[in-house]
Amino acid sequence: MDLNYSAEEEAFRQEVRTFLKEKFPQDIGDKTRAGKRYSNVDNGRWQAALYANGWDVPSWPVEHGGTNWTPVQADIFDEECFAVGAPRMVPFGTRLVGPVITNFGSDAQKKKYLPAIRNGDHFWCQGFSEPGAGSDLASLKTRAVLDGDEWVVNGQKTWTSSAQYANWIFCLVRTNTEVKNQEGISFLLIDMATPGVTVRPIVLISGEAPVNEVFLEDVRVPKENLVGEVDMGWTYAKFLLGNERTGIAGVGAGKADLVELKRIARVERKNGKPMIEDPLFQARLSRLEIDLKALELTNMRMLSEVGDGNPGAFASMLKIRGSELQQRFSELQMEATGAYALPWQQGPLEADWNGKAVGPDHAAPRAPLYYDRRKTTIYGGSTEVQKNIITKSLLGL
Amino acid sequence: MDFGYSEEQVLFSNSLQKLLSDSYNVDVRRALVEDGPGYSEDVWKAFAEMGLLALPFPEDMGGFDGTSVDTMVVAIELGRHLALEPYVPTVVMAGSALKLAGSDAQKTDLIAKIISGDLKMAVALTEPGSRFDMADVTTRAVANGDDYIISGSKSVVLGGDLADKIIVSVRTSGDTRSEDGLTLFIVDANADGVSRETYSLLDGRGGADIHLENVRVPASAVLGTLDQAWSVMEHVADQASAALCAESLGAFEKVNELTLEYLKVREQFGRPIGKFQVLQHHMADMVIEYEHARSLVCQSSMKADSEDAAERGKAVSSTKVYLGEGGHKSCQSAIQLHGGIGMTAEYELGDFVKRMAISEVLFGDVDHHLVRFGKLSYLD
Repeated sequence: MDLNYSAEEEAFRQEVRTFLKEKFPQDIGDKTRAGKRYSNVDNGRWQAALYANGWDVPSWPVEHGGTNWTPVQADIFDEECFAVGAPRMVPFGTRLVGPVITNFGSDAQKKKYLPAIRNGDHFWCQGFSEPGAGSDLASLKTRAVLDGDEWVVNGQKTWTSSAQYANWIFCLVRTNTEVKNQEGISFLLIDMATPGVTVRPIVLISGEAPVNEVFLEDVRVPKENLVGEVDMGWTYAKFLLGNERTGIAGVGAGKADLVELKRIARVERKNGKPMIEDPLFQARLSRLEIDLKALELTNMRMLSEVGDGNPGAFASMLKIRGSELQQRFSELQMEATGAYALPWQQGPLEADWNGKAVGPDHAAPRAPLYYDRRKTTIYGGSTEVQKNIITKSLLGL
Repeated sequence: MDFGYSEEQVLFSNSLQKLLSDSYNVDVRRALVEDGPGYSEDVWKAFAEMGLLALPFPEDMGGFDGTSVDTMVVAIELGRHLALEPYVPTVVMAGSALKLAGSDAQKTDLIAKIISGDLKMAVALTEPGSRFDMADVTTRAVANGDDYIISGSKSVVLGGDLADKIIVSVRTSGDTRSEDGLTLFIVDANADGVSRETYSLLDGRGGADIHLENVRVPASAVLGTLDQAWSVMEHVADQASAALCAESLGAFEKVNELTLEYLKVREQFGRPIGKFQVLQHHMADMVIEYEHARSLVCQSSMKADSEDAAERGKAVSSTKVYLGEGGHKSCQSAIQLHGGIGMTAEYELGDFVKRMAISEVLFGDVDHHLVRFGKLSYLD
């Protein structure tokens, strides 16, 4: 047993640090630390910096721009990015639809879509969830019917992140109603500018509107926009969801959260002393830091034991624990801030805001972040769905 | 980065498993506890023959130069099989105290006897009024010519019932709760003035309260530097905690194994109870706790030999806290999922649950290690 990274891995970490120091836009890191919201321009600048370095699509096959990183390298990269306050890369093009196209797409699709993801021409969103299909995704109802050379699509998608920015959407659509739910689904690429596509934002309890409803009304999509084979979309969707091996646990994000929590707890005071010295608070902070360490080590075990194999139930455990920790960090940050977490302040979260926030600098983002983080145990397969997966795959119950 | 066993570790883990499976079953173990000496001398001798008792000692003393990770590999099996032998007190605790602080003469004399299986030892670090604060020592030694006279009491000493020699922490100067002024003495369990109140712990292993009344020992009984024992005591306690947590992990694995099996065979309402989602999710929680505990046990074993007391202490306290809470909760779930059967003394689940309780409390409970972790992490 050995907790240390290899010399090659340490060298890689240095290379990543040097890159970040020289090429990561520092003002975006400042935004992260101040709890401000990113604009789509920020995401674009960050992706462009990665693209220029050949690091924008690490998980793709090498011939399409991938880096052939080991799982450990990918993890190191993620961790270093979070440490400098880099935003999590919007995953829809680079991490989700990209690998589906490289694996199952036609040559024409590869040629058309892959370069456009990388150079920022295409900005993708994901049309999976529907009002009636959440955890039970395969029950989705959005219908695509072939009419000559075009699919005619009718239905509604929801919880669609980034749809307000996206110009393309990849959708799961029902192409066969005669078979079992999972066997009648296809994977369709839709230009958001097509007539019949309407986007409506959903304001969340955080005060932000990061997700949308997407209405599809007689949307005519060229036949060649279907990926792979008709009715095989569920297979591609499962591939897409299982493809995300790194970053499941959110260890890098957790470490950044811990730094911010400790900073707040040293500034805030209780009984004339820094909050971090209060016994009750300190015990809760200790538990959280210990749980983060357990998560980090378990993630390392997955990377070193599973390697390129299927992480299976391990991934579900890390998703469950990682999402719970993200929630607890935001919760304790809010609690440490005390009553100044209560004024509802949306303005200070905007990048171009010039006013004066109520309370200490760290106060304004606390409640919005806390409410935003409630989503983490719901999206990407809720905690309960993950426990069902563990039950079936690991326990055989 | 590597969390796997080495080839050697796989080998001795397997042979230990075989030995313990062959030597122990629930009836044998209970007979040893209820009607016998509380451990098996045959198994102890077999440990000696396998080289387990030599594992952590230097090669030039007949040992194998093993690390705390090797100890972990052993301890996991001891926990899985609920072995009763005083491996942790003798080899891990007294062994590390001797390695860390022993004079050449002490090492030569005692380590050889431990390795051959002829000497059992224990280390007594807490007192009836000290709870888990090892610096709170009222047992005193006063110099008398070339000798020391020791008086005081030590509490719940693991393996104290079987030990031939006991390493005792004693105040030789300083205030009652000061880390300075503590000295370790090696005391013969049969010396004049030593009396033992022996008992079985929850899991059947033996323990004792040790009373010392004007016990006369020579200056050569001092282990390490006079008044400067604190750092050795902390290191010994950390290594003991790491080993006990590994034992607990082994028992935890069995708790989960038994519970999963029961969910598959017990039928109610016309189907196995494992088909009910509420129970499935409790079981999933137990597995998640186990895997994260395993990660921390590996870490604390890798750090337990470190001379960096803060780094070592944080790793060990993390594991004590995590396993203390997660293991505790999982044991409660395991009994609940078993229903009435989990309550019976006949069924083995309770034995594993009780083994884990020992590791949870000895050398500091969850609260103690939470405070320690906080001090080591946030007060600079």
